[in-house]
Amino acid sequence: MTEAAPVATDRDAALVERVRAGDQRACARLMTWAERNDPRYAAAHRAFVGSLGTAQRIGITGPPGAGKSTLVEGLAEHWRKTEDRTIGVVAVDPTSPFTGGALLGDRVRMSRLVLDPGVFIRSMATRGVFGGLARATDDVADVLDLYGRHTVLVETVGVGQSEVDIARSCDLTLVVLHPGGGDTIQAMKAGLMEVADVYVVNKADMPGLDRLVQELYDVLELREIPEDQRPPVLTTVASNGQGVAELADAIDGMVAERRASGALDARREENLERRVRRLVDGRLRRDVWETQRLAEHLHKRLAGSGTLSAYELADEVLDVYRGAGRDQDPSSNDPSLPDTSPEDSA
Amino acid sequence: MDEPIRVLVAKPGLDGHDRGAKVVAAALRDAGMEVIYGGLHQTPDAIVQMAVQEDVDVVGLSILSGAHMTLFPKVKELLDAAGAENVLLTGGGIISPDDMAGLEKLGVGKLFGPGSRLADLVDYIRAEVGQRRTAAGSA
Amino acid sequence: MRTVDPSSGGKTAPRSAKFVTWQEAFGAAKQREAPFETVSCEPVPPLVTQDDVADLDAENEIGLPGQFPFTRGPYASMYRTRLWTMRQFAGFGTAADTNARYKYLLERGQDGLSVAFDLPTLMGYDADHEHSLGEVGRCGVAISSLQDMETLFDGIPLGEVTTSMTINSPAAIIWAMYLVTAQKQGWKLDQLGGTTQNDILKEYIAQKEYIFPPEPSMRLVVDTMEYAAKHVPRWHPVSISGYHIREAGSTAVQELAFTLADGFAYVEACLERGMDVDAFAPRLSHFFNSHVDFFEEIAKFRAARRIYAKRMRDKYGAKKERSMTLRFHTQTAGCSLTAQQPYNNLVRTAWEALAGVLGGTQSLHTNSMDETYALPTENAVKLALRTQQLIAYESGVANTIDPLAGSWFVEDLTNKMERGAEEIFAQIDEMGGVVAAIEKGWFQREIARSAYQFQREVEAGRQVIVGVNKFVEEGEDDTIELLEISMDKENEQVERVKKLRAERSAPKVEEALARIRKDAEGGVNLMPAFMQASEAYATLGEMTDVLRDVFGTYRETPTF
Ligand SMILES: Nc1nc2c(ncn2[C@@H]2O[C@H](COP(=O)(O)OP(=O)(O)OP(=O)(O)O)[C@@H](O)[C@H]2O)c(=O)[nH]1
Ligand SMILES: [Mg+2]
Repeated sequence: MTEAAPVATDRDAALVERVRAGDQRACARLMTWAERNDPRYAAAHRAFVGSLGTAQRIGITGPPGAGKSTLVEGLAEHWRKTEDRTIGVVAVDPTSPFTGGALLGDRVRMSRLVLDPGVFIRSMATRGVFGGLARATDDVADVLDLYGRHTVLVETVGVGQSEVDIARSCDLTLVVLHPGGGDTIQAMKAGLMEVADVYVVNKADMPGLDRLVQELYDVLELREIPEDQRPPVLTTVASNGQGVAELADAIDGMVAERRASGALDARREENLERRVRRLVDGRLRRDVWETQRLAEHLHKRLAGSGTLSAYELADEVLDVYRGAGRDQDPSSNDPSLPDTSPEDSA
Repeated sequence: MDEPIRVLVAKPGLDGHDRGAKVVAAALRDAGMEVIYGGLHQTPDAIVQMAVQEDVDVVGLSILSGAHMTLFPKVKELLDAAGAENVLLTGGGIISPDDMAGLEKLGVGKLFGPGSRLADLVDYIRAEVGQRRTAAGSA
Repeated sequence: MRTVDPSSGGKTAPRSAKFVTWQEAFGAAKQREAPFETVSCEPVPPLVTQDDVADLDAENEIGLPGQFPFTRGPYASMYRTRLWTMRQFAGFGTAADTNARYKYLLERGQDGLSVAFDLPTLMGYDADHEHSLGEVGRCGVAISSLQDMETLFDGIPLGEVTTSMTINSPAAIIWAMYLVTAQKQGWKLDQLGGTTQNDILKEYIAQKEYIFPPEPSMRLVVDTMEYAAKHVPRWHPVSISGYHIREAGSTAVQELAFTLADGFAYVEACLERGMDVDAFAPRLSHFFNSHVDFFEEIAKFRAARRIYAKRMRDKYGAKKERSMTLRFHTQTAGCSLTAQQPYNNLVRTAWEALAGVLGGTQSLHTNSMDETYALPTENAVKLALRTQQLIAYESGVANTIDPLAGSWFVEDLTNKMERGAEEIFAQIDEMGGVVAAIEKGWFQREIARSAYQFQREVEAGRQVIVGVNKFVEEGEDDTIELLEISMDKENEQVERVKKLRAERSAPKVEEALARIRKDAEGGVNLMPAFMQASEAYATLGEMTDVLRDVFGTYRETPTF
């Protein structure tokens, strides 16, 4: 399906220029467009994508309460103090699947950063399903890149696939664990362990530290990763800053090394591919179920039809879709359709 | 207007009675809004900075310390100065009817005293934000 | 959801034929459309009979006043010897303003003083700090240094009144200022009586006026307890407070259990420092809320005494009776007052106060009807005080001790309170104690849930609040006179602090602050250092800043 390529108007372009020039409110507004999947954002993105890529993006994930936000605050403070580096933060919390509402509470843990103009924090709710979350966080991180932030930290709770996905679509992924929660096993289930470039064992002041570190080494052992390629394990006490400087240096070191070796480019390429696939998936899904109204078709077929094979129905739906998709593009001539896709933005 | 309404809920000033702020935060979440919780003891500067970065539709403040006549106007003034004059500033606390009226004159929205219904607050926010978004051409 | 369980305890003992007849008649009768639950959202049975409390060992569980387990009261003669202390919390504006209000109240028959501090003071800031803007003298009196403390009690003989001070995080410092003020009036430390609230745990749990992390905060509390035990024996260094927990939205049983758990945590901390339980426990006091649900509150007070006595004797090895008796102050529920139809608040407060008296309180504060709008006016405060005097002298309830004992309903409710609290203690133990549960945000989450549930019941009309969701009057509410506090007061206080800084001896201040740092780092009892710094007119903010530096500050993880 082709989507009429939106064109950026002068006003939209002006917003982009304001972001580039460091206008905080413009930056926040462009993020809102991205988050709402406003077509103006896609248009603007085409125009400014050329100037992206300077920010280093660090994903921070891990079980609830591991100390991710406290660590983000510590890292940001460290970089601000030592080299006046500008920082962007994206903090993601889950949306309630029942009400569509969300309580975004990470900021409370980052309150020391609030009045520093060199730190821009944006809280996001996961809103929908279908990888829409990762799309929006990538875009918000893009805006921070455009805004000229040197380092962008993206915090998500590592509980579901889509959250883990976000952390992965960064230049470097930190997985934060803490002793005493029996979290490692859970973290493994969520696929968290595989995405780590660095393990951070936080709350090193709490009992159970040695056991957790040992458990972690056992897991790495089990995965048969060659010794020299194993992600480093660092310990921190985010609440008093212990180990944070070392972590910051390790992050910078690894990013620099990857940049030099070309691994960073390869990773960004992978991320870009995944991003494109997500967009395509989202649009196809919307196209099938909404634009082509195949959900309605399916409901009609289901009504009172006794036992049908799911496989049979799926084939049928796709057949109709292929037939329809070839010769018409209803999205361009049906004004009643929403101009945002719930899959992408939901 | 299907896009979730974004609300910053915060407590300016020094009082720590966060019962109201938390009940309101939970109720707004349950009403389908995205609530950014700014926490206790926030200065007006910090509140406005958060409101701008989060591009919220609404700032809701809870003040029980009696400092509302200082804090609400200050936040309103800073919001306006930051170009966020379109953001609805509302809230609640121990505020006399005279003070409420005085604050409304300064451009502060409706304020909710003890014994207010959450449903009224939710309706008020929905209606106000609906209007403001339409007026602003949803930009 | 509205099923009626006519037997409260779910006993299986065979019921009498008469009871069965009643049960049938009750079942046949039409039920009024109401949830029949307490303000804590607990269901209430329509009838309680002797059978429901058949298991109760009346002699050992109810007993007699002044005897273990003190269910009927901490003293043998209770109000026949002395009525409760009528103590109205007051403070606003500058120290001079509040001093005048104290003299007004003492002249009208109030027995003890009770100091409300403003928020900057409660948070350890001087009036001229940026965080103090707009808050100076609003919720209480501003005390930035010994100079203000001296003004506050000018002309009031501190050896002859007892003073209760609602101060927590910086309690040790404020207390030091008080002690020095009294010494300067010519009193000895062992002549001074009163209470500092100094209950930091409930700050993390409910009121959120904390400065330092829990551990150093606990140390400050233990420092004051140790100092009081040695030098100020008539002082109550800690008032373990449930009031704020309830105001934050907890249920009655949560208030009971969380408060007692906090108290036991202080006891354990003192034992850890090597103190003898009978040396400090006699000076512990408690502070509860009295909410609108009349019987639930009375049962809560009675259960509190019983639980406390058992634990203090059996778990902490107290030998002295005074170490096992729970004595408490009560304040009527501020959160039960409504902005709508404010005169109704007078009536609510009256029966809340009555519940406190029937529960055997040792002192009482009655709220004023205008407190949902502002600090109370003189007139409103007088009416609130008169409410207590009416109960004391006209109602007749103070003539006999614990008049509700033996009421099957009240005894059953008292048992339920005790059982509910024990269940909560078990949960807290499982989490590793009070501080661990605070750090997990457990208390905060439990309270937030109860508060939200209550609010939803109000909105659904299940919990009725007259004037709010029933018998609502359209249009203008009754207008009442309100107390105005002008910004001039703030400016006045700011100037006063600035002037003090310029006039006092800087080297003395430096030296005293350095000692605070050294003692804070060295783990030495900080009270002498605070007293030295007070005498040198170091300000509250200066002393607190040193501690902030040494101890760090606390931020909570928000829970909903
Ligand atoms: N003892 C100890 N506590 C810590 C440490 N780091 C963080 N905490 C505490 O752990 C709690 C959770 O910290 P957050 O930073 O909010 O954790 P998070 O991983 O961002 O939590 P979510 O966003 O809710 O998943 C807070 O109470 C912190 O103060 C640490 O190193 N040691
Ligand atoms: Mg977090």
